[in-house]
Amino acid sequence: MLSFTLRRALSALLVLFAISIAVFLIFFATPGVDPAARIAGRSASPATLAHVRAAFGLNRPIFIRYLLMMDHLFIKRDLTSYVNVGLKVVPQVLKAAPITLALVSGAAAIWLTMGIFGGIVAAANRGKFIDPLVMFIGIAAVSVPAYWLGEVVNLITQSRLHSSVFSWVPSGGYVSLTQNPFEWALHLLFPWLTLAALYAGIYARVLRAELVNAMNEDYVRTARAKGLSERRILIRHALRCSLISIVSLFGLDFGALIGGAALLTEVVFGLPGVGMLTYTALQNLDLPVIMACVLYGSFFVVLANAVVDVLYAFLDPRVRVA
Amino acid sequence: MPESPILKVSDLKVTFATRQGPLRAVDGLSFEVAPKEVVGIVGESGSGKSVSMYSMLGLVRDANVSITGSVKFNGREILGLSDREMQPIRGGEIGMIFQDPMTALTPVYTVGWQIIEQLRAHTTMTKAQARERAIELLAEVGIPDPRTRVDNYPHEFSGGMRQRVVIAMALSCNPKLLIADEPTTALDVTTQAQILDLMSKLQETYNSSIVIITHDMGVIAEMAHRVVVMYAGRPAEIGDEIDVVRQPRHPYTWGLLGAVPRVESRNDRLATIPGNAVSPLDIPEGCAFADRCEYRMDICTKRPQLQGDHGHLDACWLTDEQRVSIRSKATP
Repeated sequence: MLSFTLRRALSALLVLFAISIAVFLIFFATPGVDPAARIAGRSASPATLAHVRAAFGLNRPIFIRYLLMMDHLFIKRDLTSYVNVGLKVVPQVLKAAPITLALVSGAAAIWLTMGIFGGIVAAANRGKFIDPLVMFIGIAAVSVPAYWLGEVVNLITQSRLHSSVFSWVPSGGYVSLTQNPFEWALHLLFPWLTLAALYAGIYARVLRAELVNAMNEDYVRTARAKGLSERRILIRHALRCSLISIVSLFGLDFGALIGGAALLTEVVFGLPGVGMLTYTALQNLDLPVIMACVLYGSFFVVLANAVVDVLYAFLDPRVRVA
Repeated sequence: MPESPILKVSDLKVTFATRQGPLRAVDGLSFEVAPKEVVGIVGESGSGKSVSMYSMLGLVRDANVSITGSVKFNGREILGLSDREMQPIRGGEIGMIFQDPMTALTPVYTVGWQIIEQLRAHTTMTKAQARERAIELLAEVGIPDPRTRVDNYPHEFSGGMRQRVVIAMALSCNPKLLIADEPTTALDVTTQAQILDLMSKLQETYNSSIVIITHDMGVIAEMAHRVVVMYAGRPAEIGDEIDVVRQPRHPYTWGLLGAVPRVESRNDRLATIPGNAVSPLDIPEGCAFADRCEYRMDICTKRPQLQGDHGHLDACWLTDEQRVSIRSKATP
């Protein structure tokens, strides 16, 4: 198990290295673009441009340029924004990251609970009224776009019913956990629910399908022939084996969301997370920030995948040897 | 037989409602299993062998199934019991061995865990006691180094070893009856013989009755005391092993026995029964085997009843004289 974890971590590092090269090539080695002008910032003086060219080695071979860029990104951390001259990129990303992490983790806890519960209830009541009902709610939640659901939630809690039922709902923004844990949770409550609604439905549907399949497996028949209760068969045998596919789905979703895919929810609720940062950077074509966000996002996708693979091996003994 | 039967199946019928109409998987199966007796149920694929056993234990989970008749286990009617009422019987008093050991175990738990789970479901053993018992059981079914192997996962065992694990699990609670559904079909030939030896040996130690389902007359000859030959969900012939194998009465049994290759025979081709097994969707009103039978007569459009004496019954219209003349011509 330990050697598996180490091997997996090593391959994750290799993937990250490859991604950094790909991103570097896309952003700063594309023909016809003057990278110096992008890095130096809006309306930079010729002197600044020359300085940037020297600092980033733009007239030197491409692999040196790559190394210098990584040096500026990860070691010196002095890459600055194109739009807001002087604003350093890396600290900005590091400031936004905990907000995204808080939003996505909380939502993930909610959607996993709801999805797994919904999937089990639907599968256990297959053929009865409750099964299609849960599945219908699931598909409805999946079909609603985040920006619409978020805006409707805002409309109800901030405007229409703000003076009565929802007077306790704060008006957007973010309060850090260390500053005031209660306010933190209060500010994140509706973003959590909105984001979770989009995923809980998918998870409930996937899990139901997996469970229904698993209940037809030979090992479930064996479990039944052993004289176990239906409940134990469902939870300890069928669910335990079905969780494997839920975990792989979760890894991809979680990684992508941490990496910035929670953008819509962040924008709608005014949370200054990584998604919001990417969104602003894209609007201004702020190349250094975009590059930092892409690298940051890919880092979390790769990390989440590595964690999922280790978890996978924990859940499924057959994977450990592979 | 002086002792009352441990299992008495009477007129078991299993019908699935399908879009194409009712599918009669089992149609009037009756047999008894005496204590310590090994009963073999033999027939081609789709003859209703497995489904009859599964339906007895309530393991057929199809909403469109209807099961009628009577199954008395130890004198108690078990057909129609709820899952909750069946729980102590399943695994506790009736153990089951399945056809494919590759898929019969839950892949994510160690074999020890799975045996312990069954022991703890039916006894008051503590975890430690159950673990010791699981190791004992694994040793008994011939798994080398059971103390280490108990913590291995199913995928770390070969097919034959996995079937031994399944057998150990089925025997863990000293069941009075063991149902083995084609226990050797998925295994290679040398392993098959080992598993059959093991089952015979364990049957002596545990004194349980066995119902063994197979399509292999060789398995029947090796294991069974009594034989039920099934065709298209109906019993074609029932009798003691020695009678059915030495003096088969039903033309279908002749075909099955003819299909067992023999070392001394010089035939290049294996014998086959002409035609295909009849579809369970349109079983004829009369004898189900009539379409494939060389000796069919006009009367075969009526369904023959099981009859005979000395416990050797068959469902065929051929008279004794006809059979004698047919068999004297067939055997050189």
